Amino acid sequence: MRKFRLIAGVLVLGLSLAACGGAKVEDDSAAAPSASAAGAAGASAGGTVKMAINGWVGYEASAAVLSYLLEKELGYKVEKVTLAEEPSWQGLESGDVDVIVENWGHEDLKKKYIEEKNVAVEAGSTGNKGVIGWYVPEWMVQKYPDITDYKNLNKYADLFKTSESGGKGQMLDGDPSFVTNDEALVKNLKLNYKVVYAGSEAALIKAAKQATDQKKPLLMYFYEPQWLFNQVKLVKVNLPAYTEGCDADPKKVACDYPPYDLDKIVSKKFADTGGKAFELVKAFQWTNDDQNAVADDITNNGMSAEDAAKKWVEANPAKWQAWMPK
Amino acid sequence: MGTAAIEVRGLWKIFGPKADRIIGSPDADLEPAELRAKTGCTAAVRDVGFEVRPGEVFVVMGLSGSGKSTLVRCLTRLIEPTAGELRIDGQDVRAMSAKQLRELRRHRVSMVFQHFGLLPHRRVVDNVGYGLEIQGVGRSERNEKARRILSLVGLEGHEESYPEQLSGGMQQRVGLARALAVDPEVLLFDEPFSALDPLIRRDMQAEVIRLHREVGKTMVFITHDLSEALKLGERIAIMRAGAIVQVGTPEELVGAPADDYVADFVRDVPRAQVLSLRWICRAPEPGEPLDGPELPADTVIHDAVPYAMASDRPIRVVADGELVGVVSRVDILGAVRPGDGPLVGAAPAGAPGEA
Amino acid sequence: MVSAPVQAAPPVRAPAPVRRLPRWVAPVAGVVAVVALYVAFRGRAVLPHDDDATLFHWLNDARDWVDANRNSSPIFIYVVNYIRLGAAELFTLIQSALTALGWPGLVGLAAGLGWLAGGWRIALVSLAGFAGVGVLGFWEASVETLALTLSAVLLSLLFGIPLGVWAGRSPRVRRIVTPVLDVMQIMPTFSYLSPMVLLFLIGPASATIATMIYAMPPAIRITSLAIQRVPAVTVEASESLGATGGQTLRKVRLPLALNTIMLGVNQTIAAALAMVPLTALIAAPGLGEDLIRALARVNVGAALVPGVAIVLLAIVLDRVTRAAAQRRGGGNRARAVRWGGFAVLTAAGIALTPVMAQEFPEQWQVQIVRPINDVVDWIETHWYVFTGFLNDTVAYGLLNPLQNVLTSAPWWLITAAVLVFAWRLSGPAAGLVAAGCLLGVAALGLWAHSMETLTMVLVGSLITIAAGLALGVAAARSRWFAAVLRPLLDAAQTMPSFSYLLPAVALFGNGRFTAIMASFIYAVPVVARLVEDGLRAVPGTVMEAARSAGSTDRQLLWKVQLPMARGSLLLAANQGIVMTLAMVVIGALVGAGALGYDVVAGFAQQEDYGKGLAAGVALVLLGVMLDRITQGANGRRSPHKKRNA
Repeated sequence: MRKFRLIAGVLVLGLSLAACGGAKVEDDSAAAPSASAAGAAGASAGGTVKMAINGWVGYEASAAVLSYLLEKELGYKVEKVTLAEEPSWQGLESGDVDVIVENWGHEDLKKKYIEEKNVAVEAGSTGNKGVIGWYVPEWMVQKYPDITDYKNLNKYADLFKTSESGGKGQMLDGDPSFVTNDEALVKNLKLNYKVVYAGSEAALIKAAKQATDQKKPLLMYFYEPQWLFNQVKLVKVNLPAYTEGCDADPKKVACDYPPYDLDKIVSKKFADTGGKAFELVKAFQWTNDDQNAVADDITNNGMSAEDAAKKWVEANPAKWQAWMPK
Repeated sequence: MGTAAIEVRGLWKIFGPKADRIIGSPDADLEPAELRAKTGCTAAVRDVGFEVRPGEVFVVMGLSGSGKSTLVRCLTRLIEPTAGELRIDGQDVRAMSAKQLRELRRHRVSMVFQHFGLLPHRRVVDNVGYGLEIQGVGRSERNEKARRILSLVGLEGHEESYPEQLSGGMQQRVGLARALAVDPEVLLFDEPFSALDPLIRRDMQAEVIRLHREVGKTMVFITHDLSEALKLGERIAIMRAGAIVQVGTPEELVGAPADDYVADFVRDVPRAQVLSLRWICRAPEPGEPLDGPELPADTVIHDAVPYAMASDRPIRVVADGELVGVVSRVDILGAVRPGDGPLVGAAPAGAPGEA
Repeated sequence: MVSAPVQAAPPVRAPAPVRRLPRWVAPVAGVVAVVALYVAFRGRAVLPHDDDATLFHWLNDARDWVDANRNSSPIFIYVVNYIRLGAAELFTLIQSALTALGWPGLVGLAAGLGWLAGGWRIALVSLAGFAGVGVLGFWEASVETLALTLSAVLLSLLFGIPLGVWAGRSPRVRRIVTPVLDVMQIMPTFSYLSPMVLLFLIGPASATIATMIYAMPPAIRITSLAIQRVPAVTVEASESLGATGGQTLRKVRLPLALNTIMLGVNQTIAAALAMVPLTALIAAPGLGEDLIRALARVNVGAALVPGVAIVLLAIVLDRVTRAAAQRRGGGNRARAVRWGGFAVLTAAGIALTPVMAQEFPEQWQVQIVRPINDVVDWIETHWYVFTGFLNDTVAYGLLNPLQNVLTSAPWWLITAAVLVFAWRLSGPAAGLVAAGCLLGVAALGLWAHSMETLTMVLVGSLITIAAGLALGVAAARSRWFAAVLRPLLDAAQTMPSFSYLLPAVALFGNGRFTAIMASFIYAVPVVARLVEDGLRAVPGTVMEAARSAGSTDRQLLWKVQLPMARGSLLLAANQGIVMTLAMVVIGALVGAGALGYDVVAGFAQQEDYGKGLAAGVALVLLGVMLDRITQGANGRRSPHKKRNA
């Protein structure tokens, strides 16, 4: 009885919010976090941009520069929402995310959210070239020259055994939410390995450094652009070459990762009403070296993301001024 | 008949599954323990009947577990009786609707509880006014009334206290005031003083006697304390295992216990302080002198001792100006001696009968 | 009345007792039988993991249906989406209000509420706590966390208290509600998230609802208990005066239950604060976000500081509600002082808001992230040999062999063993439920991963219970040790579970042992506290009697204290195991794998959604199973007592 009254109350509240005739998810500005609150309290001129932050530092570097420009040059307020990749796409639908700054492929999600649901749109390349692959420290290649061919990995499986790999070789992956086909690859290439998730990019980096410093065997999932390649020598293992469509079924993948042209995705609403902010996001484009420089400052030079962005912006005026909306 | 304040007939309360089927079946005559073993039911009140006259103090007395607390709760259906007839002021209580029953409880019958049942979060005055509050009486009126009642029970000056700041005896005075505040016709007391210290208990008993004299309410008083029952009760019902064993005046119970159970109960009562001369007088023996002091028949034996001491002649016991018998010094001393068996025959001389 | 003859056993020994097998025979025979069956059937009837189980696909399809019909199905348009909107609106409302107060206003309001609830002491705690959050440099995130917590708590109470009152009044409702609450409380926090996301998408609305569900059980339970405990006489007195049911509820039951209900509010807040950080995984704003970011960067300092901020919030909310739960007497004067102080403090804070800077002043903030990290780095480099050794010892010595056995044993053998074990320990009902849960796990197609999780839980709780027992016993025997331990345990208990992952990662790298260590830090405080309380609860008279009979301290402990504290010890074991499960699962974020990984992958990877959802259910089943096995704590207290009663 009481419960019924409450549900009724919620309904009434909802009705008063969303006119009438049922509530759909994309037209509910109310469900967006604090947009109105922060907007009212903040002194920003242009409104709020909600930017997803995925869990690797390269992404964070791009996001840092973009939000620095949005805030300092265009007067927007940027809200960063720390999220994994797929939930970020859901955020485009739910209104919790306006911009995904660095998207890695995700053709299936593009199909679902851009084509089918029509809640997101592409906003152009970031200019970064993405590579995903399996890597070993350079010293291992010197010691075992044929290790860079996946066919020989089983021969060396014993080297990679750890307490976590259950008697097989360990294939170290990052965050479970990253783009990865590794479980399928291990299975389909009949490798005597077990995928173990380190949990984060930082954990991968730590492992790579230790493997190099202490000459410990390591086979791991990694990717470019990444500042680590400037510090530690890693060599990519050759998996069966990528051909168009060989990764169509994620469970049957038996080929290397495709080359990625990293791009930006924004919500439909942001594309329609984002004004100058959207124009800036769309125009943003830089190189892997640019990103690595900022990421390196954030990770290794003790700078906050904002300080690192500021440093890059001050050093590269020509680059970013080209992005600014006219 | 018909003028009784409370009239109870054939009242049963059986706890347990399918309790109503037991009444009228042979199981109803079983002892409580056997009944529980056989049916899983507990008979708390078994075929009880009595009447309370308007203005009377009627005491129900029994040991714990005898069903007396259940009985008193049945009177206003705080516990729903299983069977029987129940009238208050001639009205059938069992036939009342929930609303009528509430009206009965709000205006006509109120109750005082052993553990007080006060509301700890309310001040004394608000506790006393609670009954009025739920009737919808306005704040100022009920406060005024509550204060008046509080002074009646000797608690003026404590209106603003919280119950926990009061002693047990004072808390029970609050409970009493709460019951009186709604100005009921009948007051029910459920062992109200059992939780109190003996000295305070005595004060409170005196208080009840005083109140009864002043406000003259009908009272039903539950107790397990025989001396309390004898002190307060105009008539006493003795309960055992859910049934009433005997109803009578204190004198009747002490003088003529209905069975061994009652006799056992009253064994230690100082008879000389309860019984009147009527219970020990006898026909004068031939040659006995009849010029001794003359005393009314309802003189308590104890009070006759000085006269017996002062004169070596037998006391002449008189009722309505007529001689009903004599009592000698030896007779009186015999009655005063404690721990005696039944000292006279079954009934008093010139039995008082039904009054 | 003559009392019935007591059937007391005569002091003489019963003649020629029946000869029975020694007590150890049955358990040993059972173990031998299990081992023999294992050796005979090893590797047969195993259920290896299959990512492609039909059930997972089916769940994926269900997800796709929901996704496709979110804006067309009437149940979404007219019900689910409105619930989401309502929750979001509530959160926005509270957050706006808190933000609008400004930081001086909020600090003032907190101090005012502290004053109102418990005088200057609590006011000071509130002031210091809220200011401390600002000093740590997490003001904004803390306000978001606070807003989320308050919205969830508000909703929990809105539903929980009426339900609790109902359950308190009706034994039938209680019988239905209790097992549901049991499951809700055993349920690892992680498994709430996927279904929430499916129904309400990501964002604060979803987070609020998930937190509400997690925080509601204590509100219901304690309200029900409070209502049941209202003295029957008082209710009867009210009824005897002709009060209606509603009047008695409003004027008697609720006011009398109020203090206890406030304790329920206190517990609800604690539960909500434990859950809120985790909802950052589904895009809830606040301190949880900082924790996740720190986790991604393996930055111990950056994870610890927001953790401390949450502890500060928790302490303030706890002290204020606890003080509010204490009855205060006093007349109008005291009331005037209370409300006056509240008004003054709040007004002072709000008056400062326009004057002070909008954000918490930076010069007041202290930076402690770096020093913490320096310490961690030092430990990492210097203790590496030791931590590595510990990790490998436990992994190779305990985890791997146990996991091997569990994954290579036939499923029916494990189920049967659990059935018999739970039956012996906690009775037939518990045995059947536990075995049923295992069958459910098998049916979900997650047997292998469940066994891996179970391995971690068993090893983790073994370590946890052993350490908790030792700490608890030591604290019960030494006043000063207890005095040192208490505040540490207090802090450890309110720290969000997230914060424990990182120190463990820093010390032990990624993997199962790290998850175990994190769960160890998480669960030990509760176990130690229950053990200590249980030992201290042994009546002084009994101890005195034992001492006067010449017992040594050791005899006292083993023959008097521990046996008498049996109930508390079992409860400690039960809690230790359930908490270990909850934490081991979160360990998936740092590479512990198994069911926890399935759950994480479930809301991070499209094609794994079904598996993740199923894994959430499997976790619940595992939790219920472990709880039932150890429920002897409340179910069968002491067989001796029953017999003598």
